[in-house]
Amino acid sequence: MKIKAQVAMVMHLDKCIGCHTCSVTCKNVWTNRPGMEYVWYNNVETRPGPGYPKEWENTDRYKGGWIMRNGKLHLRAGGPISKLANIFYNPNMAEMDDFYEPWTYDFQHLHNSPKKENLPVARPKSMITGKYMDKPEWGPNWDDDLAGGSAVVPMDPNVQKVQEHIAMEYEKTFMMYLPRICEHCLNPSCVASCPTGALYKRDEDGIVLVDQDACRGWRFCQNGCPYHKVYYNWNTHKAEKCNFCYPRTEAGLPTICSETCVGRIRYIGVVLYDADRVKEAASVEDPKELYEAQLSVFLDPFDPEVIEEAEKQGINHSWIDSAQASPVYKMAIKWKIALPLHPEYRTLPMVWYVPPLSPIMNHITNANELCADGYIPAVDQMRIPMEYLASLLSADDTDVIRRVLLKMAAMRVHMREKTVGGADKLKVSKLLEEAKTTPEELEEMVRLLAVAKYNERFVIPTGRREMDGDLHYKQGSCSIEDIAPAEGMTTYPYERSESQ
Amino acid sequence: MEMIFWWTIFPYICGTILIVGTFYRFIFRGKSWYAPSTEIFEKKWLRFGSVLFHYGIIFAFIGHVMGVLIPIGVYEALGVGEHLYHMGAIAGGGIAGLMVVIGLVVMIIRKFSFPKVRVHTTFGDYFTIVLLLIIAALGTYMTLIYSYTVVAYEYRLTIGPWFRSLFTFHPLSELMLGIPTVFKIHVILSFFLFASIPFTQLVHMFSFPVRYPTRAPQQYRSRNGYDKS
Repeated sequence: MKIKAQVAMVMHLDKCIGCHTCSVTCKNVWTNRPGMEYVWYNNVETRPGPGYPKEWENTDRYKGGWIMRNGKLHLRAGGPISKLANIFYNPNMAEMDDFYEPWTYDFQHLHNSPKKENLPVARPKSMITGKYMDKPEWGPNWDDDLAGGSAVVPMDPNVQKVQEHIAMEYEKTFMMYLPRICEHCLNPSCVASCPTGALYKRDEDGIVLVDQDACRGWRFCQNGCPYHKVYYNWNTHKAEKCNFCYPRTEAGLPTICSETCVGRIRYIGVVLYDADRVKEAASVEDPKELYEAQLSVFLDPFDPEVIEEAEKQGINHSWIDSAQASPVYKMAIKWKIALPLHPEYRTLPMVWYVPPLSPIMNHITNANELCADGYIPAVDQMRIPMEYLASLLSADDTDVIRRVLLKMAAMRVHMREKTVGGADKLKVSKLLEEAKTTPEELEEMVRLLAVAKYNERFVIPTGRREMDGDLHYKQGSCSIEDIAPAEGMTTYPYERSESQ
Repeated sequence: MEMIFWWTIFPYICGTILIVGTFYRFIFRGKSWYAPSTEIFEKKWLRFGSVLFHYGIIFAFIGHVMGVLIPIGVYEALGVGEHLYHMGAIAGGGIAGLMVVIGLVVMIIRKFSFPKVRVHTTFGDYFTIVLLLIIAALGTYMTLIYSYTVVAYEYRLTIGPWFRSLFTFHPLSELMLGIPTVFKIHVILSFFLFASIPFTQLVHMFSFPVRYPTRAPQQYRSRNGYDKS
């Protein structure tokens, strides 16, 4: 058993209002520089829709993630040998137009324009060529809130898959928001796609990073990631990606996207997992079993054996404490209401989503006599088709989605009964039985999903340095290691060689 | 003068710049070491030009190893006669040379015709691509046309021994005095290109990831050791 800790995130889609505050603050912190204008480490997609980049879920085109071939796990885009043969031209890589051509506006013209009959305008200007763009045709969130539009819906690979169930009639349209960051997967295909080994997963917290000194810009990570969350910086010619705001999480602070989330939909916590079992879990034959297989990799942070073994392997006690209080552990593993995005890519993603409830398609008749069991057909008739959610979150297994939605509905019924009354007792109802839950669990869920304060939503242990070797040397030289002054060195080099 | 400068001093100046410059850039300008790509801006022409050029230049490199680095005695010992060798060299070298030339021409046209690509092309890129094109065009001309119309020049008796003698620091410069002018220009420009490598995008050829097939697919690094690897 090789125990590793992973900092992970849950997004509660029911609470996402699609305001893009996460994207904007992330952009301002990380990607507002030349070469990265088109890059959004965090983006919020309106679904159904093509997403960012367009059709990123189209694995036939971009060939991201893993695939099972003859019972073994392979990169879909091809293994090392075929990658080296294709190194002069990557046939599966997205072009900038699949994202969008970034532009600004010629605001100066508003100041400098001579007096004219018509008002001067600020024309759009490409940030790639510096030339005027007469008509930008695609941009960040071009299809924002347009889900249901006949121009964008057919571009959604999930819709193409479940087409027969999704009608385009106006009264049957639906939409939801999907905020996305790097998944910081347990079995990252971007890392395996990198010919130079510049991409790596950090031992301490599982954050996937690009070593900017080692990256040579071979670009296989770009489409090797099935979520298309590794980007090519055309200015530095290197790959860059979401780094889970590690300078913040190391200090115990949530990522900037979580910190600024208006709907408070994001939760961050630590989970412990067995790194030796990752490959096995990613290699189960049936994609529908991948979700359960991924859950089986995680370890119970309350199990005394796990605690003992984790401490033996150098995981600090504050990390074990955090794993016990982790909101991610509760939502993803204990209550099973958060699901991984596209488990069929076999990367074991670590950003989890609570599927959204949505309006019910048919009116509930006899609202006065509404009983708890009346919610069971209601869940089955929600506006967002269960097949669509299943295509996103459970490798087309609608049973998983149904169970989660029933649980969320049961939580509402229970709290309504408790605070307003009027419905029959949930305790004896069939809803409780079908949702496989208890009133006690539901009340715990309400606490975390609706009331939880900052310290309950974000349980992030600091990046502890006590275990680092030679702390005396680091004292006074932290962050300036290359030019550390002699006065920062309370342990002298000859002493260090003696102690080893 | 020609013997002393062009065939004795100049090759060593170029070699020194290549070695010192490359190490300097790798160690002190490590973040500028990459394989610059404009694939994100344009794919269709790149597919044709880049693949043709890169495979062509790999074949051309192998051809030069066979013609310049491997002594003529080895071929004689193996029973490969002069005629057979030249047949192979002209066919193989000609194909490789044409691949390089066509690939480079496509890449130059691409750089000029796509505004997004053009604005991201530096002086160094143009310099490299034009110099490479001149050298490759001369080489292809020598292989395909010169060897038929003028003389099938036996460079394995002059250029080969001279080039190998550079590595033993006893250059046989006098061998180079009598070779045809077009060969002289090809050699001098090539050395000039070698000297320019550390200052251009060409450094990416030293980073071909040969270890990729043998390494573990998943890479873990600890925060403590991140600057050691």
